[in-house]
Amino acid sequence: MSEKKNVLIEFRHVDKEFNKPEEGVYKVVGDLNVEVRENEFLVLFGPGQCGKSTILNMVAGFEMPTRGEIICNGNKVERPGPERGMVFQNTALFPWLTVMGNVEYGPKMQGVKKEERRARAQKYIDLVGLQGFENSFPVKLSGGMQQRVGIARAYCNEPLVMLLDEPFGHLDAQTRYLMQDELTRIWQAEKRTVIFVTNNIEEAVYLADRILVLRNCPTGVKAEYEINLPRPRNYTDPEFLRLRREIDAVVDHTL
Amino acid sequence: MKKVYEKYKRIYWGVLGIFIFICIWYAATKFTGFGNIMPDPITVFGGFFRSFVKPIGTKTMALHILISLSRVLVPYVIGGVLGVIVGVLMGWYKLADAILMPYIQMIRPIPPIAWIPLSIIWFGFDESSKYFLIFLACFFTIAVTTYNGVHSVDDTLVRAARMLGANDRQLFTTIVLPTTVPYIFSGLQVALGSAWATIVAAEMIRSSEGVGWLIVRGQDVGNMEQIMIGIVAIALTGLLITTLMRVLENKLCAWTVRGK
Repeated sequence: MSEKKNVLIEFRHVDKEFNKPEEGVYKVVGDLNVEVRENEFLVLFGPGQCGKSTILNMVAGFEMPTRGEIICNGNKVERPGPERGMVFQNTALFPWLTVMGNVEYGPKMQGVKKEERRARAQKYIDLVGLQGFENSFPVKLSGGMQQRVGIARAYCNEPLVMLLDEPFGHLDAQTRYLMQDELTRIWQAEKRTVIFVTNNIEEAVYLADRILVLRNCPTGVKAEYEINLPRPRNYTDPEFLRLRREIDAVVDHTL
Repeated sequence: MKKVYEKYKRIYWGVLGIFIFICIWYAATKFTGFGNIMPDPITVFGGFFRSFVKPIGTKTMALHILISLSRVLVPYVIGGVLGVIVGVLMGWYKLADAILMPYIQMIRPIPPIAWIPLSIIWFGFDESSKYFLIFLACFFTIAVTTYNGVHSVDDTLVRAARMLGANDRQLFTTIVLPTTVPYIFSGLQVALGSAWATIVAAEMIRSSEGVGWLIVRGQDVGNMEQIMIGIVAIALTGLLITTLMRVLENKLCAWTVRGK
């Protein structure tokens, strides 16, 4: 990484170990050093169970590094906070709140006045294409729509960085393609720094400005790719396929 | 026709089942020796409906039911409020859990009837000893279900709330309480059933009215018909109040799977 400027998040020698009752200390992340630039779409790509989600959870502040530190916008990450918004794989929507209730939750917790937070929530509901569903409860929505709510909810807090943990992992293939397009559109409309975790290589190449290929546990960066294809991208574009093959040859395959 | 049948299948079979049951009951009392130890259904239901105009003891049936309901309602509300408070405390604070849980687990299995002598000594023969018995019948159930509700809070939702900037108090009011509400309702539902079932035990303590008294008194004077009328009154009122409770729950918990 040559350009030092505009680094938003920095991993400094991050180790993460878990104590497992049977196996003893289990090292998930080993000496991770990564810089995340402002407004870039960074994809963490690696085999299943390699520790990608753990990395994201540490940025979110849900888990602490065993050694090393994570700096976000000049401050050490020590707890969850509204400047780091997360979109969860299982959506984690609040089932007792409507779409509007979910999206305005963040500003509401921070004491933003009703009219203001309603207006802001409406803006993001419109952005993710859910106008007309403001008063629906999450159980009534399809998987794709639920994840749109998840994205709007995270956006509505106006975080510095959006953390997406395999957000489309539970969706069927058609909906997944659609949501990748939608996310690209949303992100281009409202630029944010994004860290997106996936184990789907196609998704990685389709979305990313930059892909970090992670190795198996203890995980670290195995390879790095800048993806300079213009958006919207085409899954069958020769350059797209070439990159896909190239990355596929590097990644650790697990059974 | 078929559509109508599909829609009302449950009610149809339920009513038919009851009808067949009553027919068998009638036949058994008329044609076998069962009639010696059991009045026939026409006598029982006839007596039940007649009792709305013709008093049993000093009161008509509507009053018996209302008096019993009020004896249940007061301790049920107190037990519900305290049960929710204690359940939340135990669920939220590990220390409260450690201190209170053993008592709850020990006292809960004691049947209400076992408390009658003590409750008479502590509260005398008036309403408060009856309240005490019914309070015991519902408080523990509600406390334990509330406690389970607090413990069932989804970790991911807690993370989501934290990520969105909720503090401890907000986490409690916006995540923990809503998660717990369906549990509280199922506790209230079960507790209402057992509170109502305890009315007989409660009215064993000197009383001169109420649906439980009908049974207790019927036993004292050997009036089988009156015992059966009391049982029918308890059964039908129980069905009515638990149905009302379920309707209320469906209204308030529309977002839960239970509520669907």
